[in-house]
Amino acid sequence: MKQIVGGLLIAVAAGFTSGAAADITIAVVGPMTGKYATFGQQMRRGAELAVADVNAAGGVLGERLELVVGDDACDPRQAREVANKMASKGAVLVVGHFCSGSSIPASEVYAEEGILQISPGSTNPKLTERGLDNVFRTCGRDDQQGMVAGDYIVDHLSGKRIAMLHDKTAYGKGLADETRKQLHKRGKREVLYEAFSAGDQDYSALVSKMKAAGVGVVYVGGYHTEAGLIVRQMRQQGMKAVLMAGDALVTDEYWGITGSAGEGTLMTFSPDPTRNGAARPVVERFLAQGQKPEGYVLYTYGAIQAFTEAAERADSTALADLVETLKSEKFDTVLGTIGFDRKGDVTAPGYVVYAWQGGRYDYVDK
Amino acid sequence: MGYFLQQLINGVTLGMIYGLVAIGYTMVYGILGMINFAHGEIYMIGAFISILGFILVGLAGITAVPLALIIVLTATMIFTAAYGWSVERVAYRPLRQAPRLAPLISAIGMSIFLQNYVQLSQGAQVKTLPPFIEGGVVLLRDADFAVRISYVQLLIWLLTLVLMAGFAWIIGRTALGRAQRACAEDRVMASLVGINVDRTISLTFVLGAALAAVAGTMVTLYYGVVDFFIGFLAGIKAFTAAVLGGIGSLPGAMLGGLILGLVEAFWSAYFTTEYKDVAAFTILVLVLIFRPTGLLGRPEVEKV
Repeated sequence: MKQIVGGLLIAVAAGFTSGAAADITIAVVGPMTGKYATFGQQMRRGAELAVADVNAAGGVLGERLELVVGDDACDPRQAREVANKMASKGAVLVVGHFCSGSSIPASEVYAEEGILQISPGSTNPKLTERGLDNVFRTCGRDDQQGMVAGDYIVDHLSGKRIAMLHDKTAYGKGLADETRKQLHKRGKREVLYEAFSAGDQDYSALVSKMKAAGVGVVYVGGYHTEAGLIVRQMRQQGMKAVLMAGDALVTDEYWGITGSAGEGTLMTFSPDPTRNGAARPVVERFLAQGQKPEGYVLYTYGAIQAFTEAAERADSTALADLVETLKSEKFDTVLGTIGFDRKGDVTAPGYVVYAWQGGRYDYVDK
Repeated sequence: MGYFLQQLINGVTLGMIYGLVAIGYTMVYGILGMINFAHGEIYMIGAFISILGFILVGLAGITAVPLALIIVLTATMIFTAAYGWSVERVAYRPLRQAPRLAPLISAIGMSIFLQNYVQLSQGAQVKTLPPFIEGGVVLLRDADFAVRISYVQLLIWLLTLVLMAGFAWIIGRTALGRAQRACAEDRVMASLVGINVDRTISLTFVLGAALAAVAGTMVTLYYGVVDFFIGFLAGIKAFTAAVLGGIGSLPGAMLGGLILGLVEAFWSAYFTTEYKDVAAFTILVLVLIFRPTGLLGRPEVEKV
């Protein structure tokens, strides 16, 4: 009996060492299930193609990349659990999470465990403001996004009364407050400031309230499911106000919810990466697979590219080397040539305003 | 005035949906003395089946709205009722003689199972239905504010009232209703006088599920968005409505639902949307302090 146990232990130990020697484990973590699963799918698609491409080109430092997928369902508690799970799997890089409310608590776990984290979608400024060395992001920040949104409202929708709504999450409230700050700075005040609960279905009372207040612009800090329901119920009550929101609307699912009610919805998002020349071959491969590289697909792909390039140049996958290289050099990715500042924020072109029209989103000023 | 009226319409619509689901909780409690926590999930399944129904009806080329509605409603009620029946058969009947806690745990297990079953079989993403019944009527114009009631809201009101009337008739005037009332009084005694208790309980679940199916269909039409998680919140709200009205009392469930819907709407309207749930649950606490059996509940008589 003892011998059998001993034999098993050796076998297990052998399995571990041989596995670690052959592969570099990286993880993609996001809401794979739950209401925001559509974004988790985007991240997963981007990560899977990136890993396949890297491995086809010979891997990193002569080793194959192995992808692990984690699911945080956009829940802060589950995010910490998944983060610990990824650490126990020996991941050197975690691409994620999506929701800011998940990325922030998870980043503390990664910092303790010495794991590199690159978020493709968490825009709350706090993520990179806490002096954690290991935290990066390929997307912009809500203080930039709020400024663009606030300026757009003042410059283009100035005659209208504004309602500010948010869903009480780190992302939603953070973004709404940044936009509000910019509005106030430009001397414009909202007539309503309200919070709702993510997951609510009924907004009829809130819509009537906005209608009675003569609101012409509804700014929503929140995700596409709630924003979609709000705009749909606005049209049901015959309210014609413009809905404006942030980068959590960049999914076809938004149009699926609103139908024609979503016509004219405004949102801020980084310049469409699919239009980069550098992204063309990758975009075409996605389309050939019958997938649309919408939203965060390319931001995830680019995060993995930055990591592999940094690892090659540093000739190491140790965290300190990776951080040093990422913060000091430039990388050619599908997002164009990018670098990271001292906080870990991407030096990217920021935000532009898009409009939804006929089921597609495009720049508002083409 | 116009604003008040509009919020009244919003609140009553919401309250009627809560009420329809609440009846399922209250009926089962009346007969079995247990909370069927899987009932919120039954409502969610009803919503999914109705989306499927609307899509199939659309594919079949049936465009007349009343006809499509009748087909989908009937099919949804039948299939959801089958789920309700199965849940009782699988999770509760084997535990009929067990201590009271056992079926409760079984109910929670069933709820988790159904949620995951839908998530796995239908996917985690939201399912949507484009607006099926559009438009509404403007009731009155008050200064700049037009009070509107949409056709979907009218439909919800009409259907709920018809169902309530039908239900009162079933409970009060039919053999099944008599058997149900007898089982609620005393199950052992009812079986001694020749009532098939198991069958009565099964039919109670079937009726409750059918009402939840109607609520699910209405929600699909009203909001157009369904995911596997909606049963949880709706279940809690409906359960609250049932307790508020007095659990075990059918008119109480409807009254509780209406009060809950109105409190939520008016709290959002005149205070802040942020704390509407807090307001709703505060009302529940206050009612329970002064009337522990709910508004229309009968005090439980200790049986010797």
